[in-house]
Amino acid sequence: MEPVFALLTGIFLTIAIYLMMSKFIIRMLMGVAILGNAVNLLIFTSGRIMREVPPVIGPGLDVPAGPVANPLPQALILTAIVISFSFFAFLLVLSWRAYSTLGTDNTDEMRVAEPDGAPPPPLGY
Amino acid sequence: MAVSSPPVDLSAALVLEPVAALDWLVILPVAWCIGIGAVLMMVRHRTFLHPPIAVAALGVLAGFDATLLWHVAQNGPVTMVMGRWLPPFGIAFTVDLTGALFALIAAMVALAGAVAAVTDINDSGRRYGFYPFLMLLMAGVSGAFLTGDIFNLYVWFEVLLISSFGLLVLGAEREQIDGAVKYGFLNLVGTTLFLIATGYLYGIFGTLNMADIAAKAGPLRETAPLTTLVALFVFAFAMKAAAFPVNFWLPASYHTPRIVVSALFAGLLTKVGIYALIRVSVMLFPLERDDLSLVIAAVGALTMVTGALGALAQTDTRRLLGYLVISGIGSMLAGVALGGPGGIGGAVFYALHSMVVMTALYLAAGLAARLGGGFSLASLSGLYARHALFSALSLMLFFAVSGLPPFSGFWPKVMLVKAALDGGAGWLAAALLFTGFLTMIATGRLFLLAYWRPAAAAAPSGQAAVPATALLPLIVLTAVSVLIGLFPETLLGLVQQAALTLDEPSAYLHSVFPAGSAP
Repeated sequence: MEPVFALLTGIFLTIAIYLMMSKFIIRMLMGVAILGNAVNLLIFTSGRIMREVPPVIGPGLDVPAGPVANPLPQALILTAIVISFSFFAFLLVLSWRAYSTLGTDNTDEMRVAEPDGAPPPPLGY
Repeated sequence: MAVSSPPVDLSAALVLEPVAALDWLVILPVAWCIGIGAVLMMVRHRTFLHPPIAVAALGVLAGFDATLLWHVAQNGPVTMVMGRWLPPFGIAFTVDLTGALFALIAAMVALAGAVAAVTDINDSGRRYGFYPFLMLLMAGVSGAFLTGDIFNLYVWFEVLLISSFGLLVLGAEREQIDGAVKYGFLNLVGTTLFLIATGYLYGIFGTLNMADIAAKAGPLRETAPLTTLVALFVFAFAMKAAAFPVNFWLPASYHTPRIVVSALFAGLLTKVGIYALIRVSVMLFPLERDDLSLVIAAVGALTMVTGALGALAQTDTRRLLGYLVISGIGSMLAGVALGGPGGIGGAVFYALHSMVVMTALYLAAGLAARLGGGFSLASLSGLYARHALFSALSLMLFFAVSGLPPFSGFWPKVMLVKAALDGGAGWLAAALLFTGFLTMIATGRLFLLAYWRPAAAAAPSGQAAVPATALLPLIVLTAVSVLIGLFPETLLGLVQQAALTLDEPSAYLHSVFPAGSAP
C-alpha cells in the first residue's frame, strides 16, 4: 500500500508547489490548502499502513499480541490539520484584506512595503 | 458490579514518583505565559490593566527562567514528562544549559519590549490585543527553547508564528498588510518544510523524542538516508532563521509593524530558528552536520556579507537594521558549520548577544524617529544636539553590533574567528572580519548622518521630550551589552559548558532515560 500513498503524496506536493509559484495570491492560497493535505498524507504514510487491526491491548497483556495499526500518526495529523486549517483561515482573511486595501492580488504589484526605485542613502552632508 | 481488572505493573509505562518541586520550573514558563495571556484576553476591554499585568508577568517569567538556569547549571539537564508517561511515549520537556540561556535572554528582551510598548502601543493597539499576543508569543518561544520533542518543537513554532502574525498586522496599515502577506506565505512554507522533515524523521526512527533520536541515530546511519533528512531540516530552519537565499521575507516585513513589534521580532523569532538548527544538527546528527558543514559555512558567509551590503544600501533605518539581523544570522551559521565547542559556543554566544543588541537597536530607531521625525536617513538629523545620552547609548549599540570591544559583540566574534582559524577555514574568518568592517561602515554612516549632521531648518521636528518608559529599556539593554562585554567570564563559562553538553549529549540522554537507553 505504501508506494501508492507515496506516489499520491508526490502528486499532491507537485500540484501544491506549482500553484504556490504563481504570482496570484488566490492560486497560492489553493496551493497552501493542498500542501497541508500533502504533508498530512506524508505523515500518515510514514507511520506505515495497516488495516483492520485496532491498537487495543487484550486483557491480561502488557503489549499487543501482534502487529496493530499505528495510532500515533493520527494524533500528529490531527494536530497538523488544526494548525494548517487555522493558518489557511488567517491567510484567506489576510489575502481578502490585501485585495481590498491594495487593490490587487498580483504579488508583483504589491510594492507598498518595498517601493520600486527607492533613493539610495545620502553620501554626505 | 465492579469488574476487578488484573493487577498491572504501572511502573513500566508511568513515572510513579512525584515531580521534584524545582523540576516544575521546566514547564512553568510556558504554562505561565499561556495563563497570563488568557487573563489578558478576559480583561481585553480594560486596556489600562494590560501594561501593568504584562510587565509584571514578564518580570516573573524572567525570574522563573533565571531560577531554571541556576537549577540546570547546578544539577545538569532536567526532564519533565507530560501526563507522567515514560519517555519516549510521553512528550518530554528537557532543559539543558543552551535552552535555559536562550529562554532567560528571551524573557529579558520581552520584558524590555513590554515596557517600551507602554508608550509606543496606543489604546487601539492594546484593544487589538498587543499584550495577549506578546504573552502567547513568549509561550511559543519559551516552549521551543525548553521542549525535548521534535513534533512539540513544531507545535511551539506554530504558536509563536500565529502570534507573530497578530502582532505584525496590528494597526492594519497598507504597508503592514503588504509585508504580512509575504511574511505569512513564506513562513508557512518554512514551517511546512519542518513538518515534512519531521514526518520523514518519524518514518525512519519511529520516535520523536530528541534524546531517543540521538541514541538511535548510530545504528541507523548504515541504512537510512540521514544526511538527506538533516539537509531538509537545515533548509527549513535556515528559512526560519533568514539565511541568505531564503531570507526575502525578512526585509519585506520587519520594517512595517510598530517599532516595538519589530524590536521583539528581531530579538526573538530568527533566533528560535538558529536554536532549532543547533539542537537538531549539532546534538542529534553531529556526523551529518560534518557532511554538510561546507554548505552551511558557504550559506553563512553569503548571509553575513549580503546582509551587511544590504544594510549599506538602505535609506530607511528600520530596513537597515533588518539587514543587520540577517548579517548576524550569518555569523551564527558560521559557528554551526565550524562545530566543536568553540564554534557552537560562539554561535550560542552570538545569538544571545544578538537578541539583546538587535532589540535595543530597533528601540533606538524608534526613539530616533520620535526625536528626529522619521525613519529616513535623508531627513533624520541633529539627534546628538537634541539628546546626548540617547546618542551615547546608540553609539555603544552600534559598536556592539559591529563586534568592537568592550561590548558584547566582541567575544562571540573572537570565539568564531578563533574556531575558524583553528579549523583551517581562513576564508570564513576573513568573511567574519570583513562583515564586521562593513557593519561598522553602515552603522558609522548612520551615526554620522542622523546624529552628527546639524538639523536642517526645514526638517520636520519631532517631540523633544523622551518618556522614561521609552528610554529605560534602552538603557537596561545597553547596560546588559556593556556588562557582557566587560565581564564575559560568567556567560562565557556557561556558554562553553552548554556547547560541551550539545557536543557530548550523554548528560541530556541520562536526564531523559535515567535507567539507560529506551526500550
